[in-house]
Amino acid sequence: MAGTLLDKLPLPGFLKPGETSRHYGVIGDFDTPEDLLRAIRTARTAGYTRMEAYTPFPIHGIDEALGRPRSPLGRIVVVCAMTGLTLAVLLQWWTGAIDYPLVIAGKPLFAVEPSVPIMFELSVLLSAFGAVFGMFALNKLPTFYHPFFNFSRAHGATNDRFLLAVESHDPKFNAEEVIRLLDSCGSRHSELVEA
Amino acid sequence: MADLAIDQRYELNPPLVTGGATYADITEQVSAITEKAPPRQWYYAFGVALLLAGLLGFCLTYLVAKGIGVWGNNSPVGWGWDITNFVWWIGIGHAGTLISAILFLFRQKWRTSINRAAEAMTLFAVACAGIYPLFHTGRPWRAVYWLFPMPNEFLHMWQNFRSPLMWDVFAVSTYATVSALFWFVGLVPDLATLRDRAVHPIRKTIFGLLSLGWRGSADQWRHYELAYLILAGLSTPLVLSVHSIVSFDFATSVLPGWHTTIFPPYFVAGAIFSGFAMVLNLMVAARWLYKLENLITIKHLENMCKIMLATGMMVGFAYGTEFFIAWYSANPYERFAFINRMFGPYWWAYWSMITCNVIAPQFFWFKKFRTSIPVMFVLAIFINIGMWFERFVIIATSLHRDFLPSSWGYFKPTWVDVGTFVGTMGLFMTLFLLFLRFLPAIAISEVKGVLHQQINQEKGAAH
Repeated sequence: MAGTLLDKLPLPGFLKPGETSRHYGVIGDFDTPEDLLRAIRTARTAGYTRMEAYTPFPIHGIDEALGRPRSPLGRIVVVCAMTGLTLAVLLQWWTGAIDYPLVIAGKPLFAVEPSVPIMFELSVLLSAFGAVFGMFALNKLPTFYHPFFNFSRAHGATNDRFLLAVESHDPKFNAEEVIRLLDSCGSRHSELVEA
Repeated sequence: MADLAIDQRYELNPPLVTGGATYADITEQVSAITEKAPPRQWYYAFGVALLLAGLLGFCLTYLVAKGIGVWGNNSPVGWGWDITNFVWWIGIGHAGTLISAILFLFRQKWRTSINRAAEAMTLFAVACAGIYPLFHTGRPWRAVYWLFPMPNEFLHMWQNFRSPLMWDVFAVSTYATVSALFWFVGLVPDLATLRDRAVHPIRKTIFGLLSLGWRGSADQWRHYELAYLILAGLSTPLVLSVHSIVSFDFATSVLPGWHTTIFPPYFVAGAIFSGFAMVLNLMVAARWLYKLENLITIKHLENMCKIMLATGMMVGFAYGTEFFIAWYSANPYERFAFINRMFGPYWWAYWSMITCNVIAPQFFWFKKFRTSIPVMFVLAIFINIGMWFERFVIIATSLHRDFLPSSWGYFKPTWVDVGTFVGTMGLFMTLFLLFLRFLPAIAISEVKGVLHQQINQEKGAAH
């Protein structure tokens, strides 16, 4: 048994002084979202805290299971919306009433009412930039290299597999124990993944 | 008893993914479309589309070389087919945003199979729409200085932000940008799926770059889902604002027939009406071409027919209200404009509009017609024609009878008008066919989410 377990472990590399590990962690491969959620809960009960799940679609309840807070994206978007609104007011007021005042059809040089459509549009435009680029920034996209991709079955995460990684910087991390734990939760294949 | 309960539930709420597909089947079915050579019919369609897109290039080149006079626009009909086509195309785009944003907020799960293609349609429709005002300026390369507040060396002045035409510039360009972002964000996880399946190194690199290194980690999904929700929340008022602002181009004028406060909601309803007709035509074609009957089910198509019926009724109601208000206003110009619409020189356009927009959708009251693909396909074409006539009727009939009979005129399209219009259809079809060929036309990750719920429901029913 020990032999088969050792086969799963790649040879450890030479460590620098003070470095405890050069592995990303152990990744297990589950059949269904329910199996994955059960494994997360078991691992949390066992005391593991640094975990990451990889799934082909968002799984309801996974953030609670992993103990993740709500995304702060909403606050970013509010700031962007305010910026867009201010920008629209300044643009219409400065160009129309200050830099080149021109009376057209006897209308006031600046008024709130005709400025509303552009105020709305620029708020939406900057909010959308905030939502998209804020999400990219929070997710550190683009990231073209990640140790997760060293997992032999990483491609399953965009198809029909539900993967759970226990990362090596977890204070309780011990590769053999984690592999045993994930296997006992129904993982079809658990593997120590290089960083 | 238990069986009966299941049957009844299925009757009310048929499954959105049929044929007992697994997650892997969905990946395979949708990705394979982009990985294999397309069917023969695709090449025929693409050839025709490309030819028509070439006609567009020719007509636009001719227009720039000769000037705007090659169109049928005249005095008093200063806006002809150009603005008609602009409003028509923008309106078509609105269904894509409705499906991707509004139905998302209303938790309408059936949207998942059609939202990707509908959003692509939005982008391509807006691109086609943008051509018209841009080329109506006559000098499109200088239009950027006229349309956007760009500091420059020759104009020495700023745009008039009190004009609805400027609001339109901001509305349409914001709409195009936000739709593109929304579409791309939706694509990222599916592009990662294509990347992970890719065999050829070039394909791997292209999809690797496009998918930005997406891993599908719970942490990424957490931010992603909120971003998607926020974008849906932003797009919902945005799409309503865009056609409202398009209608302001007319409603803020003092021209009888244009100067009506009913325009914003009436334009938005009409936009969704014609947009769903176009989505239905495209989906029926794509489903037949790529055998997607298990993902785009008859239930999806029937739901679209119901939306067309509802919005068609709204449009019909708006036509009636306009006439009532014209009579009730006791304004002789207003009354003349509307009687002239029905019985004046453009009577044929008006009655085509009524036939296609008010009478045609009435067939959708009957389930037999709502679930018959040939019937709905033909009716959707009628609706698209009808909605084109609606914009033509509003624009041309209101303009051609000026206040003074000495300034009355008539608009006749020239071959350049026709060529440009047919050409934008070619451009639209070219872009749409390329999209079908190279990108996942169905939102893979979203359909899997729906399938997951469906599996759980079936499990629940079996216990």
